[in-house]
Amino acid sequence: MSRNHVSTTVNGDQVEFLCETGQTLLDALRDELRLTGTKEGCGTGDCGACSVMVDGRLVCACLMLAVEAEGKNIQTVEGMADGETLHPLQRKFIEHAALQCGICTPGILIAARALLERNPDPTEEEVRYWLAGNLCRCTGYHKIVDAVLDAAREMRGA
Amino acid sequence: MSTMLKYQEKKLKIVGTRPLRPDGVDKVTGRARFGADYNLPGQLIGKVLRSPHAHARIKSIDTSAALALPGVKAVVTRDDFAEMPDEMAAVGELMINFRDVTRNMMAREKALYDGHPVAAVAATTEAVAKAALALIKVEYEVLPHVIDVVEAMQPGAPLLHEDQYTQGVKPKPERPSNVAKRLEFGHGDVAAGFKQAEVIVEREFNTKPVHQGYIEPQACLASYSADGQAELWTSTQGHFVFRAQCAKVLQMDISKIRVTPTEIGGGFGGKNNIYNEALAITLSRKAGHPVKMVMTREEVFRGTGPTPGANVKVKIGCTRDGKITAAQAELNFQAGAFPGSPVNQASMCAFTRYDLANVHVVGNDVTVNRPKVAAYRAPGAPIAVFGVESVIDEMAKKLGIDPIEFRLRNAAKEGTQTYYGPKLGPIGYIQTLEAARAHPHYSAPLGPNQGRGVATGFWFNIGNETTCSLNLQEDGTLTLMLGTIDVAGGSRASMAMMVAEELGIAFDRVRPVVGDTSSLGFNFLTAGSRSTFASGMASVIAARQVIEKLRQRVAQIREVPLEAVAWKDGQAQPVDSSVQQFSPMTLAEIARMAGKTGGTVAGHAEINAQGAGPGFGTHIVDVEVDKETGAVRILRYTAVQDVGKAIHPAYVEGQLQGGAAQGIGWALNEEYVYGEDGVLQNPGFLDYRIPVASDLPFIDTVIVEVPNPNHPYGVRGCGEVPIIAPMAAIANAIENAIGLRLCEQPFSPPRVLKAIDEAAAAKR
Amino acid sequence: MARITLSSSLAPFTEGVLELELGVANVRQLFQTLGERYPDLQAQLEAGIAVAIDGEIYQDALLQPIARDSEVILIPKIAGG
Repeated sequence: MSRNHVSTTVNGDQVEFLCETGQTLLDALRDELRLTGTKEGCGTGDCGACSVMVDGRLVCACLMLAVEAEGKNIQTVEGMADGETLHPLQRKFIEHAALQCGICTPGILIAARALLERNPDPTEEEVRYWLAGNLCRCTGYHKIVDAVLDAAREMRGA
Repeated sequence: MSTMLKYQEKKLKIVGTRPLRPDGVDKVTGRARFGADYNLPGQLIGKVLRSPHAHARIKSIDTSAALALPGVKAVVTRDDFAEMPDEMAAVGELMINFRDVTRNMMAREKALYDGHPVAAVAATTEAVAKAALALIKVEYEVLPHVIDVVEAMQPGAPLLHEDQYTQGVKPKPERPSNVAKRLEFGHGDVAAGFKQAEVIVEREFNTKPVHQGYIEPQACLASYSADGQAELWTSTQGHFVFRAQCAKVLQMDISKIRVTPTEIGGGFGGKNNIYNEALAITLSRKAGHPVKMVMTREEVFRGTGPTPGANVKVKIGCTRDGKITAAQAELNFQAGAFPGSPVNQASMCAFTRYDLANVHVVGNDVTVNRPKVAAYRAPGAPIAVFGVESVIDEMAKKLGIDPIEFRLRNAAKEGTQTYYGPKLGPIGYIQTLEAARAHPHYSAPLGPNQGRGVATGFWFNIGNETTCSLNLQEDGTLTLMLGTIDVAGGSRASMAMMVAEELGIAFDRVRPVVGDTSSLGFNFLTAGSRSTFASGMASVIAARQVIEKLRQRVAQIREVPLEAVAWKDGQAQPVDSSVQQFSPMTLAEIARMAGKTGGTVAGHAEINAQGAGPGFGTHIVDVEVDKETGAVRILRYTAVQDVGKAIHPAYVEGQLQGGAAQGIGWALNEEYVYGEDGVLQNPGFLDYRIPVASDLPFIDTVIVEVPNPNHPYGVRGCGEVPIIAPMAAIANAIENAIGLRLCEQPFSPPRVLKAIDEAAAAKR
Repeated sequence: MARITLSSSLAPFTEGVLELELGVANVRQLFQTLGERYPDLQAQLEAGIAVAIDGEIYQDALLQPIARDSEVILIPKIAGG
């Protein structure tokens, strides 16, 4: 079975890869492009560990076929920092101890950034419901919510 | 040599503060590598064929078609693994029956649960591997199965192991049984105690298995070399334990296996045992290529250990003024396909929070056709405590005594004789009760259909074998090589903090690294709330050894007597004005000269840490019950716990919050759902519902510090206690809210509605 | 002679004997002596027993000394998760 050729943009870079028709975007990111920051927790879109942005939309990469990435603009956690400068969310997560094992962290950071881009001043409830699609088993979400609200404050210049 | 370093109170500069963890940036940028993030050139993908039957004899396995498929490089079945005798063997200090380990890893005579591995393949791609699995022909003789613990205990129940006779029963039973072991703890005379009681409450509870729920599925990468050596990368709570288990089942020298622990995406006890590792090594050997095996979420649920489901009976009697006179419990725990549920620990935890003269606990370890259970954060304790703390609450209510006051009247304290043997040392149980009572949460007002519940938990905490080494680098910085897996991110930081405190230097001058199995002697796994306690103790010993060597070296370099040299504020200085004076030397100065004055300065420790201090916690929860839907919402949660000493308070808070959240999920939604055919129906996160961000409020934490006298900084360890109380606390809160006591976990909407409807029907 | 108490859960393996006095110098000697006297207890000792010596709990500490007048309690070992 011959593989499909896909051209797409990931974190601002033009990339190409080959994939099987049935491979997900998550598989392609991790196995073809070796961008392993995006994680597989369930493969069925229930845990959010594979959250990425596709053309500005928050998506579970395990629910999208790799071939659908053709011509799209994809953002993963690897593109979140600017060189050595961390995004405020990344910084706040470390400061607030908002991660323990860290496996859910890339997905949550992508999701949280998507929230703050739409709503720079969310309430606690809005943060919780927005992040309801990202499972965390270690933290109980407490310090994650703290970190997101604090990052939002800083980004607003408040 | 058993080791204990006594607590010394002193002014602290670094311990107790909140520096940034050293591995944080890697984890927020995606740079950190977890189990599935490792790849080797030429690697193959390994996949496991699993039994679709809950109980079946495996008559034959034909792998010929699979082997013939282009792209398939190796296939393994039971024939590739040695038979292991029925005996306990040591893995570090864990005694395990390897007859069961090898069978759980790959079925031999029988498939004992839906999901039991029967064969495995390695192929060039995942697609080919999956196609190969479909070509393996297994002939099963399906047998009747049993998954309910009470049913499994009855004579005549389908039998999992024909040669299993209940241990702990005299005389030895004539017929085999699914009850692998029966145990009994107690002291005093419960019959007399119940006679003295003026109020008695007796209840039966049932719980379902729940999964540890780590977000990262098991993943490993094995590379076997033709010279008989193997390298293994795996997500594990204990790489030395995994090495030992693999060596034993594969009959290899331990030194021939090198295990590198990857970052681990959650474990909670579920990654204490091997699953695919020995399969991957064997596939790699047969194929001559590295083999990567990553579980799917469905495999994690079907094939890795949950905690037991159980049937628990509790009976407590007390006087009118709330003094308990007798306490009794029967704990029937599902062990899954092979014996070894944590029923003994549950039995020892059930009543230990109370100072009781008359106690009797019976525990049964019962095999059923479900995956073999694995440890889950304070194994067994949450189940036993669900029963006991519910009954305590009911008693307090019957007598009109405040729930915290009732517990204070019976509280265990230093010197209390436990019913399983020793007396308790200094503990902080009463302090946690008093802190809970004084917390504003306890007296906050409640609205309609809202209720408040309290429950408490106890866990022993452990120490065990630990090694580490501390090396001074040429520029005066240090590397602390640890063998203790850092699951939650706090322990690496905490060890470095303790070393920096000992040496009197800045935290960022000590780099903690978790090494592979070739870097150090044996380290026990990260479990039992042991890492900050035991690895902390080892780190302190290594640091003190370094200080001794620094003093000796400086005495030589400065040509002064050793007694004149003190180590203070990060420097070697004269002890005081009375000794021979010399100009101080910093770590950097000594390090620069070390090579030319005898060699590098280093310290190390190889200990079996003793003297772990038990932890106690008190939780308060407010709930609101929606009587139309049965939904229970957590309004407010406060977790109070004695941790001995919080080395890094933010990570201690994280443990309390995370453990409470798991307990909340256990209470409200999590359960394994099986069909009549014994097949698991909800092996995924959609239908196995763990708490999400919108389910929980902020979880308030109160850290109590009653120092453990057996640790230099008073550490008790804190990871397990917080999961113990939530189920009972929530059951108590629901009772407080709507007057109904729920004894079946989880308290999911259908169950709550059923209870409400039944109560309403009874009233009519 | 050290005063030895066994956790009540060990009663089935010692025909109900839970208290005895033994002249043993360390934990290993204690286990050896008990294992010889009560063969049924041997498997339990190997499977994992902790000892509390004068109030301090030791797990896997075979060489830990037992003084002449020590109070020693045998309890099942603890593992965690």
